Amino acid sequence: MSKGNETAMPATARWEHFDHGADIGVRGIGGTPAEAFEQAALALTAVVTDPASLRLRQVKKLRCEAADLDSLLYEWLNAVIYEMSVGKVLFGRFEVKIGGSRLAAILRGESVVAKRHQPAVEIKGATYTQLRVARQPDGSWWAQCVVDV
Amino acid sequence: MRVPGILYADEALLRDMDEKVVEQLSNVACLPGIVGAAYAMPDAHWGYGFPIGGVAAFDPEADGIVSAGGVGFDISCGVRTLTTGLARERVEPVKAELAHELGRAIPAGVGSSGRIRLDESAMTEMLTDGAHWAVSRGYGAAEDLERIEEGGKCLYAEPDAVSQRARRRQRDEMGTLGSGNHYLELQHVVEIYRPAIADGLGLRAGEMVVSIHCGSRGLGHQIGTDYLQMMVQAAPSHGIRLPDRELACAPIRSELGARYLGAMRAATNCALANRQIITHLARQAVKRYLPDATLNVLYDVSHNICKEEMHVIEGETRLLFVHRKGATRAFGPGHPALPESLRALGQPVLIGGSMGTASYVLVGTPQSEMLSFSSACHGAGRSMSRHRAARQWQGRQLLAELKSRGIIVVSPSMRGVAEEAPGAYKDVTAVVDVADEAGLASKVARLEPLICVKG
Repeated sequence: MSKGNETAMPATARWEHFDHGADIGVRGIGGTPAEAFEQAALALTAVVTDPASLRLRQVKKLRCEAADLDSLLYEWLNAVIYEMSVGKVLFGRFEVKIGGSRLAAILRGESVVAKRHQPAVEIKGATYTQLRVARQPDGSWWAQCVVDV
Repeated sequence: MRVPGILYADEALLRDMDEKVVEQLSNVACLPGIVGAAYAMPDAHWGYGFPIGGVAAFDPEADGIVSAGGVGFDISCGVRTLTTGLARERVEPVKAELAHELGRAIPAGVGSSGRIRLDESAMTEMLTDGAHWAVSRGYGAAEDLERIEEGGKCLYAEPDAVSQRARRRQRDEMGTLGSGNHYLELQHVVEIYRPAIADGLGLRAGEMVVSIHCGSRGLGHQIGTDYLQMMVQAAPSHGIRLPDRELACAPIRSELGARYLGAMRAATNCALANRQIITHLARQAVKRYLPDATLNVLYDVSHNICKEEMHVIEGETRLLFVHRKGATRAFGPGHPALPESLRALGQPVLIGGSMGTASYVLVGTPQSEMLSFSSACHGAGRSMSRHRAARQWQGRQLLAELKSRGIIVVSPSMRGVAEEAPGAYKDVTAVVDVADEAGLASKVARLEPLICVKG
């Protein structure tokens, strides 16, 4: 299992991957749902390349909305995947704000450079498989799902 | 369960099979309008709602459903094989140059773009006409079309049912391979099991073929994402109660079901056009180094798809919507959907391997209709996660190892190569042997790679 730490985040904020047969699960862990969503997106980037290797040259803003937090995570990760695909971009930093059923985010990253990033695989989509946003007994928030690669 | 679940495997495959396959197969067997049985092929593994390697048929007249998850995110992902008519030895003097040229000509991997830019009207034409559109634009020849499923064009596609997002993801992705387990390989025929059929298909021991494994690229991925969500939201309004959200589906006879089918057919056309363009690019590259090569399409078959087909259920012929998620259609000899040149032989079933292992050509059998709605396996399937593979192998070391076995791998990413290590896949031979022994399809030829272009 790969684990990552972002120094800019509070100590509890982190991401990890979990196994799912042919594919891979992404999990963001943070003090709030927004932080967990930021970390889940970093875990998404880490499926492709090392997030720490990315230069933060481009900025993209996006918004999404859904009826509940689970659906919002599906929307959010798929919105990030869409931006990665259309812009041929990899994102190394995410700032997420969640208010009720709405999410607003700022994504920072750079265009894919195959030689430098050694991108492992393209992400086709975030799925409903093991999709869950929930508060853990220790008070932290987990946001996770399996992504199809 | 409304119908039984039937799983084809031998003891060893069964032992290694993810237990989730049985759970998912049971869930599929509970879906409205399912007919006959829910089937799992010998390469089945844990998927999204449906197992990968799953086959299920639904009757529209019995409130049957169509499921976006039952088709998957890579709509109409499939394999196309081309014969070359050239002996394997011919490539040796130019192998490194040809490998480099194929890697240069066929964009692969994360962030790659094709040379074609589609505006709105060209996109709509492509989504409507599939490989016919590609041929009309100068990619390949009209003779290619006969050997593609549905004659190279899926009818009743609805480009209007494809979102702007899906269209935007595809604008510069035509003629690209993608990544993961997708590839273009130059292979050679190492063993023939049924000489008469092999001869009919143009497969001769010692000769080379080209195989292409890819799908509908970003467009299909986005359609999968869009409709999965719509089906989850609409399920209660259709009176469908799902044991799991990922089984999201809609009645075939509902507006959403019809729109999904229209979008899925458009994505199928995108995949067929994509493999047609890649065929053209491969021909140009091969002809540059082997001018007397004639690359003829042996067959092109999808393994993530839902198709309208006639099947006999309890003596009655019925129109069914057959989902094959990681499973290949395998019509037996004489089937009316087969082109004249293949009708006596049965439909070619093209089974892809991983970069260091074998691929197989099989043909559909007369009995596969009774066994699995004329379906067989599609590949090996992973046995190890990408993480474990990346920890166990190093890209460069793998390339050197494969090179010493005469296989040149061209890839923009060493991490990608490590994650796709042949050892991370199940034994494709075991899977194919079970398909053959069970009568799902008959083994015709074994192919091994010489050059592999990976994303």
